[in-house]
Amino acid sequence: MTLTRRKFLKAAATSALSVMAVPCISQGFELEGRMSLGPKALKARRWAMVVDMNKCRDDCADDCLIACHEIHNVPYIPKAEHEVMWLFLEPYENAFPERSHRFLSKRVREKEFFLMCNHCEDPPCARVCPTQATFKREKDGIVMIDYHRCIGCRFCMAACPYGSRSFNFRDPRPFIKKINPEFPTRRRGVVEKCNFCQELLEVGRMPACVEACKEGVLTFGDLEDPTSAVRTLLSEKPHIRRKPDLGTGPSVFYIV
Amino acid sequence: MLEKVFHGGKGYWVWVLALAAGVGIGLMAYLYQLREGMWVTGMSRDVSWGFYISQFTFLVGVAASVLMVVLPLYLHDFKAFARITALSQFLAVGTLLMSLLFIFSDVGMPMRILNVPLNPTPHSMLFYDTVFLPGFMVINLIIGWTAIGAEKREVPLQWWVKGLIYLSMPWAVVMHTVTAFIYAGTPGRGFWMTAIMAPRFLVTAFAAGPALLIILCTAIKTLTHFVVTERAIQKLVTIMLYALIIDAFFLGVEYFTVFYADIPEYTETFQYLFLGIDGDCALVPWTWCMNLALLVAIGLLVIPGARSNRPVLIAACIIALIGLWIDKGYVLVPAAFIPNVFGRIMEYPPSWVELTISLGIYALGTLIITALYKVVISVKEETQDL
Amino acid sequence: MFNKGWVIGGIIIFVAVAAFPFYWYQVGRDKPFPELELPAKEKRCVESVDFMRANHMRLLDAWRIAVVRDDLLIYTSAKGENFEMNLHKTCMGCHTSRDRFCNRCHDYNNVVPPCWDCHFAPSEAVKDQRPEVGVQPPAQRGLRPGARSEVIRVNRKGGKS
Repeated sequence: MTLTRRKFLKAAATSALSVMAVPCISQGFELEGRMSLGPKALKARRWAMVVDMNKCRDDCADDCLIACHEIHNVPYIPKAEHEVMWLFLEPYENAFPERSHRFLSKRVREKEFFLMCNHCEDPPCARVCPTQATFKREKDGIVMIDYHRCIGCRFCMAACPYGSRSFNFRDPRPFIKKINPEFPTRRRGVVEKCNFCQELLEVGRMPACVEACKEGVLTFGDLEDPTSAVRTLLSEKPHIRRKPDLGTGPSVFYIV
Repeated sequence: MLEKVFHGGKGYWVWVLALAAGVGIGLMAYLYQLREGMWVTGMSRDVSWGFYISQFTFLVGVAASVLMVVLPLYLHDFKAFARITALSQFLAVGTLLMSLLFIFSDVGMPMRILNVPLNPTPHSMLFYDTVFLPGFMVINLIIGWTAIGAEKREVPLQWWVKGLIYLSMPWAVVMHTVTAFIYAGTPGRGFWMTAIMAPRFLVTAFAAGPALLIILCTAIKTLTHFVVTERAIQKLVTIMLYALIIDAFFLGVEYFTVFYADIPEYTETFQYLFLGIDGDCALVPWTWCMNLALLVAIGLLVIPGARSNRPVLIAACIIALIGLWIDKGYVLVPAAFIPNVFGRIMEYPPSWVELTISLGIYALGTLIITALYKVVISVKEETQDL
Repeated sequence: MFNKGWVIGGIIIFVAVAAFPFYWYQVGRDKPFPELELPAKEKRCVESVDFMRANHMRLLDAWRIAVVRDDLLIYTSAKGENFEMNLHKTCMGCHTSRDRFCNRCHDYNNVVPPCWDCHFAPSEAVKDQRPEVGVQPPAQRGLRPGARSEVIRVNRKGGKS
């Protein structure tokens, strides 16, 4: 048999590919231990937030924002284009643009509302994420981001109708005023957002904004439990959600 | 056959070196973006997709237009296209390479790009793009290369290559449809959320591809001994003309639905595009240019005397291409973010970094297409009767 | 064979270039294995020392997936001891220094895991707090009580009509 150059190259390419494939296939690893829920973890089938704007006082409206951003190491980026926001304020006309019209009183139009990730029942961000880095936890309804997996394609930001997602256009660390070492920062190039304080719920605490608010504006609880505080509030008072016509099923309710 | 790439005249090498320099400049800009982060682009938390994703969208369309050459040749036995199929297929290879590089330049964590194939996600439309784009690129490279090889050795095409050709036809349609679905499936972006998106993507693709091919064929004719028959060119003109007319119709339908129904969520962006809102009007000239270019190109091409006159035809092709590029490659992507979800206007101008990286990617794609075309033309020059 | 001289010469040059790390960096030099700082009080780790030495990265990977994606918190080891799956509290609670424990071995093996892009080691957190040049201190940007909302809106254009 004569070995032509063509055959030699083919054989060489095939062997190289097979050698490269070996480490890909042989990746079996199992931990010896077991994993379980935290003993004090708060449980719910679908976490939800009710924001009672009637109780919100303007002079302390920053306490909950600061509590949220400090505990989660959210950077304060001075340029609006690159801002990172988990919990933030927008006037009524911007939070609910489809409900706003020129006959609303100035007071109502400019009344500021707390906005955060709505942790939708059917989140479009999780639907479009090409790596499942954003996903909805079926157990408790929280929409999470796996910052280890996010590739920063920003498809989720295009899909989110609420502007709840921020991209780390630059390294966030230099922009964090006071670092909370117990919670990681994010890194440049990933998308981030409110996580309903999942890290506090699993050790038996309420979300940071709820703990920080002394006026009782924020109520947090299980939407699927008819006896929960949020359900009681919702059955008593008229409330609205942001862009309900899109069918995403937001879990954040506003009493106005 | 590859050795043909390394034999060329002075003009060829000047062209190749100029493109290589463009690639180098683009690469340096990319390294800058990689070191600094995405803040060096013009994108923001409000307009989170910009020039890169626009180019990706436009170029996938050009690649999908290979269907308009393969289909008449293999389903309708239109023999005049036999001489340009390889050109069309290699054009698709180059444009798809550019599309993939544009996606790569757009992601914030490029080192994690393999997370997409490692976590296959059928409910994400971007996943289908990452499957269909490289697939179409490989298929066309194989088809084009083996076809040229068969022609050189004067043997008939292998049976499996014919199979691949038939596979590539639905593939082209599906590939561009899933690109449209990226946009058409986003709730809350009224500008994108229209069922006409995918059909319009296809017709604009089928206009842009032939327009570019006509320009390329003319350039090749003046630079080499390789001749494309007038019959093939006129067929491309017909395809392009009908695609443009259907596109204009689709656009009109979209404009009617949006403006007559007048639902703010859908009209706001169009209002911003045509008139500007509160003095913010960066995209207004582009929008008018795009609509005007479409009409002028159609107007020129419907006149039989004009389309058989080569300089006028080339002018019409360039005008059409500019209009189609503005449509998909400049306006379509950022416009959907303006006004943003809070009803505010945050405009988007691409930054010099974005433009330089894009220049580099275009240069690389052109370089690849040049090399592939060199092979095609060398082989065809040998085999054709002069 | 065509161009014998070029081919053989080319092969020799290729081998010389490809093998340069061996003779350039390593010949005649034996880098000693670094001494790792072990916790003074705690003698038992999550799993056995051999297991941790070989598999700590896989354990951490499994932990982060469990915590982020499955809402789990407690890891019960093969010996039946419970640990909170938390890099900061559990791992760094004992191995307090990333420089004298993690990095020494990682440097020796020339691996650069990206953990510290986001996570902190307790002893290093203070050092990382100083904002770098070019960042205004928050007070000047209006981050006093009652002004946070201003900060968030400060650069944004006004609402629609």
